[in-house]
Amino acid sequence: MRRLFILIVMALATPAVALASSEKVSLETQHWSWQGLFGSYDQAQLKRGFKVYKEICASCHALGLVAYRNLADIGFAEEEIKAIAAEKEIQDGPNDMGEMFSRSARPSDPFVSPYSNDPAARVANNGALPPDLSLIAKARAGGPDYLYSLLVGYAEPPTDITLVPGMSYNRVFPGHQIAMPQPLFEDMVSHDDGTSSSLPQLAKDVTAFLNWTAEPELNARHSLGLKTLAFLILLTALFYALKRQMWSDVH
Amino acid sequence: MAVSSNRIVRWVDDRLPIFTLMHHSTSAYPTPNNLNYWWNFGSLAGFVLVVMILSGIFLAMNYTPHTAHAFESVERIMRDVNYGWLLRYLHMNGGSMFFALVYIHLFRGMYYGSYKSPREVLWWIGVIIFICMMATAFMGYVLPWGQMSFWGATVITNLFSAVPLVGTEIVTWLWGGFSVDNPTLNRFFSLHYLLPFIIFGLVVVHLWALHTVKSNNPLGIDIKGPQDTIPFHPYYTIKDLYGIGLFLMFYLFFVFFAPNFFGEPDNYIPANPMVTPPHIVPEWYFLPFYAILRAVPDKLSGVVLMFAAILVLFVLPWLDTSKVRSARFRPIYKQLFWIFFLDCLILGWIGAKPPEGAYLVIGRIATVYYFAHFLILLPLTGWFEKPRPLPDSIGAPVITTVKR
Ligand code: HEC
Ligand code: HEM
Repeated sequence: MRRLFILIVMALATPAVALASSEKVSLETQHWSWQGLFGSYDQAQLKRGFKVYKEICASCHALGLVAYRNLADIGFAEEEIKAIAAEKEIQDGPNDMGEMFSRSARPSDPFVSPYSNDPAARVANNGALPPDLSLIAKARAGGPDYLYSLLVGYAEPPTDITLVPGMSYNRVFPGHQIAMPQPLFEDMVSHDDGTSSSLPQLAKDVTAFLNWTAEPELNARHSLGLKTLAFLILLTALFYALKRQMWSDVH
Repeated sequence: MAVSSNRIVRWVDDRLPIFTLMHHSTSAYPTPNNLNYWWNFGSLAGFVLVVMILSGIFLAMNYTPHTAHAFESVERIMRDVNYGWLLRYLHMNGGSMFFALVYIHLFRGMYYGSYKSPREVLWWIGVIIFICMMATAFMGYVLPWGQMSFWGATVITNLFSAVPLVGTEIVTWLWGGFSVDNPTLNRFFSLHYLLPFIIFGLVVVHLWALHTVKSNNPLGIDIKGPQDTIPFHPYYTIKDLYGIGLFLMFYLFFVFFAPNFFGEPDNYIPANPMVTPPHIVPEWYFLPFYAILRAVPDKLSGVVLMFAAILVLFVLPWLDTSKVRSARFRPIYKQLFWIFFLDCLILGWIGAKPPEGAYLVIGRIATVYYFAHFLILLPLTGWFEKPRPLPDSIGAPVITTVKR
């Protein structure tokens, strides 16, 4: 009980510390295709972003809320999805003999996590836990702009900062010392369609992909939203006209 | 009086006068003819209550109240249930809308003196509804079992440990264990499902009281006769429908285009008892009370003050000593009202800031003013203020304007 109380006091006090230590960092605000009332995802970009995730981020980060079948939403064909899933092995079972067995993943399986559990992930990453990225775009203030700024935000530390061994300097990460080594560099992923492989382009694409994993419903939401608002404008205008007419004998 | 020419309707009504009741309360109800648009917010709040109950029932069909599954079950609703994202965003933003509407409704009552005789009981039921709403919203926020759910629940339930002697026992009892855990989540889900129906019942009683004492109006004077009123239907049904249309545009704009505007990013991180988020902030509608809670260094006093800030509303009808209801005819009260309104906004702003330095000082001044408004300024104003002359009837000022 006392421990908990101390924890609470700390919890209430930390905002003060956070405020004192966090000089406002400015994010590198980007234009994203899905912003605004008429915004929607750019499928080609999501596919490129998926490639970046698969070739780089997937070695450390899980995507547990997304299943391979969901890739159909960003334009992959059924056969392609089967092939992507089959690249991974997962444990299943028990079978009729009561034994666990290993099989290749199917479209209905969630993305296979790179580590079998959290401690294993920590051991492989200097004690730090690479978070599941399914919802990361909604779980950080600044959303996609923060993710983009984080990925392009690696730099040499200023002279007055000494990094803890194994940590990297990042301009936007809270506290500036991050346990993730710079994951993206120019030309790490190449595209067949001639899109540039510059660092900003790769960062933008993978961010777009992660925004889709966080808000896969966005396209449907925006299009239903527009129809609904258009209908409501008409309905409300009708109500207003009726109100004026019915009240004309009162005033 | 026959409610209908339909024989079946009449047959039922002779045995159970349900149609007569409906007719009296929703159609024939004599309503002042001068209500302005601030009188739309009561029906709007009722509308949102229904939206919340309906969306909530469908969410509950797919939600799992277990610490190991709650977060993921909400994400399954968002991703795999047909239009699950719509249900969830309607419910999530509906909570914020409900509070916004009820706050406006409440300030409307304060401005026009709707709490004064003979509407004290009506006002009390309103305050009870408000308290039930706060409990419902607080427990609902715990259900998705994100970081803010867990830590918000921990901080708020821990307030009860300030109770002398039995504080720790009360907290253990509330939790059903030694920390916020699965039993806590289970009981919060149970109560979160129950309370809206209690609110619904309270709204019925609220309307019963309203229809007994009749609506107040912007002039704050009594209805003198039939010439001052119009039947609720069709005049106010159409006016309320128009209000619902406008409100829906506002509400659904957030649902479809900025669904997480009122939310905290941290609540998209699954609850983790080992990691305290850097900022624990309640939902925006609790911020003024949160500011009052933290204005005093002593925990117990903070808790007492916070509850007092709500409970003082119960005695408002007697703290305001003026016989004149509407602020239109009360030059000093009118200014005090707006200062008080500003004070509440300041408290809300401070509630979102860390309790330190200038924020703490401003929070304390605003807290003192909050109570001074009720306990000192209102009684004194009632005695010393010279109200402007009241019109003879609701119709009178209309006639004078026409002549002019
Ligand atoms: C070598 C393993 C590794 C790779 C590869 C990697 N990450 Fe990370 N990532 C980490 C670790 C470890 C952390 C936790 C950092 C910390 O808490 O200091 C992390 C944290 C993050 C965070 C959370 C930052 C925050 O605000 O808490 C994001 C976002 C992220 N990574 C995105 C990516 C993306 C996108 C990629 C692929 C381009 C990627 N990571 C590749 C190891 C990795
Ligand atoms: C669930 C929340 C609530 C609902 C659904 C609700 C509903 C209503 C409705 C439909 C009316 C009649 C229309 C109107 O005057 O606006 C009304 C009147 C009233 N309500 Fe509420 N109400 C709620 C909460 C509250 C609260 C929290 C208070 C005050 C603390 C309150 C105080 C009043 C008063 C004083 C009136 C009479 C107003 C007048 O005629 O001047 N209500 N309410």
